[in-house]
Amino acid sequence: MSLTEFLSRNVGELVTLTLEHLFLVAVSTGIAILIGVPLGILLTRKPALSKPVLGFANIMQTVPSLALFGFLIPLNIYLFHVKILGGIGARTAIVALVLYALLPIIRNTFTGIRSVDPAIRDAGRGMGMTDRQLLIQVELPLALGVIIAGVRVATVICVGTATIAAAIDAGGLGRYIFRGLRANDNVLILAGAVPAALIAIAADLALGYFERTIQLGRRTRRSAKKIIIASVAVLCAIILIVYFAVGGSSGRIAVGSKDFTEQVILGEILAQTIENITRLQVTRRFDLGGNLAHEALVAGEIDTYVEYTGTALLAILKSQPITDPAEVLRRVKQDYAERFKVEWTEPLGFNNTFAVLVRGEDANKFNLKTISDAAKISPQWRAGFGQDFMSRADGFPGFARTYGFHFAEIREMDLSLTYRALAEKQVDLIAGNSTDGLISRYRLVQLEDDRHYFPPYDAVPVIRRVTLEQHPEIRAALRQLSGILSVAEMRKLNYAVDGEKRPAREVAREFLETKRILR
Amino acid sequence: MNNSDTAIEFHDVCFTLPDGKTLLSNLNLQVHEGETLVLLGRSGSGKTTTMKLINRLIDPTAGEVRVEQKPTTDWDPIRLRRRIGYVIQEIGLFPHLTVEENIGVVPRLEGWAPERIRERARALLSLVGLDADRFAERFPRELSGGQRQRIGVARALAADPPIILLDEPFGALDPITRREIQREFKSLQRELKKTMIFVTHDIAEAFVLGTRIALLKDGQLVLLDVPAALLRSAHPEARAFAECFYDAQSTGSSA
Repeated sequence: MSLTEFLSRNVGELVTLTLEHLFLVAVSTGIAILIGVPLGILLTRKPALSKPVLGFANIMQTVPSLALFGFLIPLNIYLFHVKILGGIGARTAIVALVLYALLPIIRNTFTGIRSVDPAIRDAGRGMGMTDRQLLIQVELPLALGVIIAGVRVATVICVGTATIAAAIDAGGLGRYIFRGLRANDNVLILAGAVPAALIAIAADLALGYFERTIQLGRRTRRSAKKIIIASVAVLCAIILIVYFAVGGSSGRIAVGSKDFTEQVILGEILAQTIENITRLQVTRRFDLGGNLAHEALVAGEIDTYVEYTGTALLAILKSQPITDPAEVLRRVKQDYAERFKVEWTEPLGFNNTFAVLVRGEDANKFNLKTISDAAKISPQWRAGFGQDFMSRADGFPGFARTYGFHFAEIREMDLSLTYRALAEKQVDLIAGNSTDGLISRYRLVQLEDDRHYFPPYDAVPVIRRVTLEQHPEIRAALRQLSGILSVAEMRKLNYAVDGEKRPAREVAREFLETKRILR
Repeated sequence: MNNSDTAIEFHDVCFTLPDGKTLLSNLNLQVHEGETLVLLGRSGSGKTTTMKLINRLIDPTAGEVRVEQKPTTDWDPIRLRRRIGYVIQEIGLFPHLTVEENIGVVPRLEGWAPERIRERARALLSLVGLDADRFAERFPRELSGGQRQRIGVARALAADPPIILLDEPFGALDPITRREIQREFKSLQRELKKTMIFVTHDIAEAFVLGTRIALLKDGQLVLLDVPAALLRSAHPEARAFAECFYDAQSTGSSA
């Protein structure tokens, strides 16, 4: 499918995502202006503060966005019973975007005012202007061009960074980009990236025009002043209303998912099962990146999602790897109950472990069956691993030690890109997920973990105890899902979405219908 | 000493920077109502410092400056400055305001009605010899140096302050325009009868415009007298300036 074809088929969704994106950018740039300009002015009055404040804003800009989200989500800050900080969704995304947008606005306000000719300032003071009059009548008008240039930079930063907001369910064009990365689908990536780039260019041009109009002064100046005052007033109003409105949808069950295809399908399976059997209202909060799903669960932002035993053990509980599946489940059950007041229900039936993959033709040529077979010829091979695999406790270091791997070259890249790299012979061995639909699509072969290095990753719905106490009927609903998915079935469902490009919601419904959970 | 006609008085005034550098030491002088006192001296002699002490852009580190018999430190700086017109080199016009708005700055701060400000601005434009219809809506960058300087003077006069400070107002102009504008200024002086402090390093300008001349050197008052007395003085700094004056005269007549 070409890009234009895709876009014309999905106009409705594209418009929604674009509007979500514009909303994120407008609100966060607006808040950044409302904070940054007064702060910049304050710095010109108290120059001693300028070093620490600009230093802080500088540091905020260097914090990777996912790390910032991870830090913001567990926060639970209330003001008059309204949550103002923390959780997943647009609110947290906006806070992060504001932090990124602050630096150029503060810095340009500060330097813009500071660079007003001292002779002009002297003239103003000499004529008997108070400090406030000098600021409003002389310094701000003269610095306006520089300040708007700062807003321009901040806006463009926000347009770009807002794509990452999709990782915490804040919507926007990032959804297409993440979906495309996951499914190895260039068209989807472009469908998100091209409109985002166009927004950035349009915003830059529009503000550039505004900047020039301001500097030309002349007759447009008075109308420009009115426009500024009006837009600031409207912005304040919209921001306040929206910021608190985006908050919660209480009284409903929120089902979450991590940010890859299988998780979205499992999220749909959970959501549709709960909807159908319990008749409770369900909110879907999918595509949460990194460990955000876990953090959102603990923070009460979502009620349930599907977690993997091994991930919980290693990435969340930070325990040492254990290979016995029953023992792992026992451990995570106990620790989750004590530490997070979260319950593990019954396993869905499949184990999504690391799959060491090679091309089918290589498997035939070298007669590869187990990982040990591959280790022997590894010195001539290049490997491609996701960042996650390189760093985690059950990842590369132990893997290489256990099997004695010595690769000619190791390339670290995004997990979703490793499949394509393998298929295109840029690398010869990767560590993917055993349930990945791309395995069959690219005719890859999974090598057997003959030394039992990888811990089990059994998929199990986890749910907050509070939610179960309030809605005990959910327990019965989830029991129906016990053991219904084999690895092969999961792989098929994944392929239906990644390979055949079918909507996850539809694939999940079909599956539940064949299993007679839905009628 | 008769105080009744003293507009400004310096009493043992010193000004020292925080780093210990002395810009002005033990200055004593009176400015009479309606006179134009020229502060003459080389760069760094303390002329501008003296000026800024009058409208309290800076406070003396010792001694006392009195404006209308009241020490400046007792004045509310904002009130004081609005009673004193202030002209600096052309750069002092606000680049983002039209000529009319520039002239109207102080009246606007004082809360005059817009219509009155407008009339005042137009009257002042004609007073300084500019056609109000042609210039009122222009921006400073659309004016020549001489025109800008006239606007600067008009702006200082806007709220009709009894005292006007002029800090090398004509310094950036070419000699011909400078001549012209000095002549106009001279007739303006006669018409308005304001107390003026005029800073310059140009002895010829001091001669044309000054009722009296205060000669400053390295932050000290060397001489305070009528212009003619400066030419007769034996003080080396006065002699240096007098020579400049004679040179200009002789080249002027031989040319």
